[in-house]
Amino acid sequence: MSEVAVSPVPMPAKRRGAQLIMLALAVLIVMGAYANVGLAMDGQVPAGMLTYGLSLGGLMLAAYLVLAKFAPWADPLILPLVTLVNGLGLVMIYRLEQSDLVGMAGASATSQIIMTGIGVVLFAVTLLVLRDHRTLQRLTYTAGLVGVVLLVSPLVPGLGKEINGARIWIGFGSATIQPAEFAKIALVIFFAGYLVAKRDVLALAGRRLLFIDLPRARDLGPVLITWAVAIGVLVLQKDLGSSLLLFGGFVVMLYVATQRTSWVLIGILLFVGGAFLAGQLFSHVGDRFDVWLNPTSNEYYERQYGGSYQIMQGLFGLGAGGILGTGLGQGHPDLIPLAYSDFIFNATGEELGLTGLMAILMIYALIVERGLRTSLAARDPYSKLLAGGLSFILAWQVFIIVGGVTNLIPLTGLVTPFMSQGGSALLANWILIALLVRTSDAARRPPPQAIQNEGLTQVFQR
Amino acid sequence: MSELTLLLIRLAFLAVLWFFVIAAVGVIRTDLFGSRTAPAGARKAAKPAKPVAKPKSKKGEPRQLIVTGGPLQGTTIDLTETPITIGRANDATLVVTDDYASSRHARLFPQDGQWIVEDLGSTNGTYLDRSKVTRPTPVPLGVPIRVGKTVIELRK
Repeated sequence: MSEVAVSPVPMPAKRRGAQLIMLALAVLIVMGAYANVGLAMDGQVPAGMLTYGLSLGGLMLAAYLVLAKFAPWADPLILPLVTLVNGLGLVMIYRLEQSDLVGMAGASATSQIIMTGIGVVLFAVTLLVLRDHRTLQRLTYTAGLVGVVLLVSPLVPGLGKEINGARIWIGFGSATIQPAEFAKIALVIFFAGYLVAKRDVLALAGRRLLFIDLPRARDLGPVLITWAVAIGVLVLQKDLGSSLLLFGGFVVMLYVATQRTSWVLIGILLFVGGAFLAGQLFSHVGDRFDVWLNPTSNEYYERQYGGSYQIMQGLFGLGAGGILGTGLGQGHPDLIPLAYSDFIFNATGEELGLTGLMAILMIYALIVERGLRTSLAARDPYSKLLAGGLSFILAWQVFIIVGGVTNLIPLTGLVTPFMSQGGSALLANWILIALLVRTSDAARRPPPQAIQNEGLTQVFQR
Repeated sequence: MSELTLLLIRLAFLAVLWFFVIAAVGVIRTDLFGSRTAPAGARKAAKPAKPVAKPKSKKGEPRQLIVTGGPLQGTTIDLTETPITIGRANDATLVVTDDYASSRHARLFPQDGQWIVEDLGSTNGTYLDRSKVTRPTPVPLGVPIRVGKTVIELRK
């Protein structure tokens, strides 16, 4: 049997080369986009192109080196894909910054690239500190507590700030952060740990009614608590986005853990019922629904606050873009209020057209696909749930905001991951990507070789 | 800048964007199918190193272990020359979280072109099809092995 132990194990390829090439291509595309903006707007390649391009390239090279050293088996595609969407977001913000309109005064590509830098640092720190994502399982309830505290922190008087009608910010002096963005990661970690421990009782107990398996009444506890928190966020913080994100994430992870459709049905019914009731009782929620159903009505369009002006401008932008777009720097995306943050998807759509938007959505889809693939390849249930939950949260967030700005679902105040200007979301999403990379590293690593019980010396190799 | 140049730049940019997407899909494609076979270099090196005294026909040999039932359903492990351990311990090849499985529950290892299942003194036993595995037993293709709530099968 000795030759058995010696023979090399076929392994999944690391594909570092492919990763580096894709990363370089992503940075080149971003630099090309910068040049395009400058050529279209001023007739010359912008002076900042090399600085921006090189700083983005340098940052991503650093991220790549950390990844290659500390998570060598990680998925080769995640980092390049994220680089491209982050870079395209930077280009759009830079382009909107060139506008003279008052509404675009808040756009700042410099602050966004600094935030990207901090995001990459957090990415590296997460990979360095967290050598095995399963240590997070020990922090299940801590993560849950941290998540809930972060989520309710904007409600604390003195700490919380209300900006643009939503109380989702906490501020220290002039700096504000959006704690819900970090809360979502903490809560996914909590849900994963909790569901691994409780999945059997949630999956097996209960009785069958008609065609679905109904769970026992007392097992509804966690679902009801999460639901109450989600509805609380919706009503007290006026934040439909985080509420939907949190509850949707929980229901899907519950489904992944238990494979019971009944949980999904119960979840959807609870949330739709709760949101409907909230819409009836609280005007700010109701307004969102009215605007969603009749965006073209004159009354809503001309309303000063909470009307449909913004969403209609966004839709006009998409319409102006058409199939091929107006070209970078040649449209008028600066007419859309908040085009650099919530509505960056429409701004991009106007200049790159449907063709460009589809490419961007494909890139998001590929990031999510890599995450779900990691979840499938993972060998233990905790990693499966964690990777599945993290990638679903990302997909769900893209769906909520893109659905919102295209008026498919009521508009919510979420940001487009990696593209929108906004520090908290960018940092939180870089941490999320680091966790996915860490999990995929563990999942793709060749399985540990079992102890050979031949001979006296036992070789244990991981 | 003339209109035409800008139009060409715009189209070229969209084309490059899609080229990136397609290239990414290409990486995944080779990644998916590449996981079964080793990278070309390693494989070529491995071939001549193998002992030639293996006249067994390669046809009937299983190449994959597939989890067909239980919480880990859908997981596949490529069979190599290394033994596979199943259990709750973190260093097992297939880590099951299942109250009915022991930490080191069962072991699968190749011998003369066949895969043998061996129970490692588990509490609830390992079952090959319907019969309890009491001593190392060869596993035919497609016959379910039960470890707690997990069911695995060998496939080609």
